[in-house]
Amino acid sequence: MKCNDEIVDLMHEYLDEEIDPTNEMILREHLKSCKECETLFNEFKKTIAVVKGTSRMQAPPDFTAKVMASLPKEKKKVGMQRWLRNHPLIAAASLFLVLMMGSVFSTWNQEREFSVSKQENLIVQNNTVIVPEGEVVKGDVIVRNGELKIEGEVQGDVTVINGEKYLASAGHVTGQIEEVNEVFDWIWYHMKKTAYDVIDIFNDSEK
Amino acid sequence: MEALIKKRIKQVIKGDQDAFADIVEIYSNSIFQLGYRMLGNRHEAEDIAQEAFIRAYVNIKSFNQDLKFSTWLFRIATNLCIDRIRKKKPDYYLDAEVSGTDGLTMYSQLSSNSPLPENELESLELQESVQKEILKLPEKYRSVIVLKYMEELSLNEISEILDMPLGTVKTRIHRGREALRQQLRYV
Ligand SMILES: [Zn+2]
Repeated sequence: MKCNDEIVDLMHEYLDEEIDPTNEMILREHLKSCKECETLFNEFKKTIAVVKGTSRMQAPPDFTAKVMASLPKEKKKVGMQRWLRNHPLIAAASLFLVLMMGSVFSTWNQEREFSVSKQENLIVQNNTVIVPEGEVVKGDVIVRNGELKIEGEVQGDVTVINGEKYLASAGHVTGQIEEVNEVFDWIWYHMKKTAYDVIDIFNDSEK
Repeated sequence: MEALIKKRIKQVIKGDQDAFADIVEIYSNSIFQLGYRMLGNRHEAEDIAQEAFIRAYVNIKSFNQDLKFSTWLFRIATNLCIDRIRKKKPDYYLDAEVSGTDGLTMYSQLSSNSPLPENELESLELQESVQKEILKLPEKYRSVIVLKYMEELSLNEISEILDMPLGTVKTRIHRGREALRQQLRYV
């Protein structure tokens, strides 16, 4: 190599895209007149093209999952909050179960007694409640530990807890009919009533 | 994308671990590639890339959010690669090889003089020889060449990633380029 390092330095400046116009002129003029430097310069350019031309590597498909699985466990608070946000009903259920299981069961046990909501036109015979044919009962009817026979009309919801309900062909209920029989149904019934309140509480506490 | 990254980082700092998944997803290929080019095999590349992300996660609170996240992540990953290379084996003797710019190496003497046809540029064989030559570079040249030509980062970014003056980065790139030229000019 006869040419001095200055020209090689200019090549590097050019390859780093940092050459100023004057130096670029000097380099270009030299390359025109010097075969050796032209070859060297072309070799540099080719080398870079070859190195740049290597194909892009792809991480294994399960890479992200593996990283996420290896992270140290996050603080419970946030994980809990996110979990509650993503599973509001289950969250409500869990909370309900934890906080209220005892009281629900005791309520359950206390409420083995027959009872019925008080409305006009309801006929009670032993543990059987009858909505007589041709009569209209206004308001929600709730029967615990007994049977309900609907032969007339109920203008409201009907709930039978731990009992049975017969809806005669002439019978009619304007609202919803709900039967709560097993203890878990009973819990569920309580839960649904409180679930949305619970979600609201969580949402508020997160803010 | 920087905006998304910034948002995710804030969530992670608040303690929302799941927000980190997007960060991993976005940079997984480039960090994996860095590991592969630096270390030469997929297994170690995956290992080092995983560790880089875990370290980034653990230390996320020390990340200065005014800076570019990728620079910080690349710094973690590059340092891990360099550590591993240093533990693995002694440096090659590139300096001796490069200083004799006149001397043809055995490799280039054996190669044919004919230039490579354009359509073969991407052949597997060529890729392999590029990778082989990259791996022959001492770690200080290897890292700058990989960051510059495979990760396509600017000299300024590389200087930040490696925490060294721009001038040093340039010198290393020049020497790395020269070494590669000697090995790859006839491939
Ligand atoms: Zn010349």
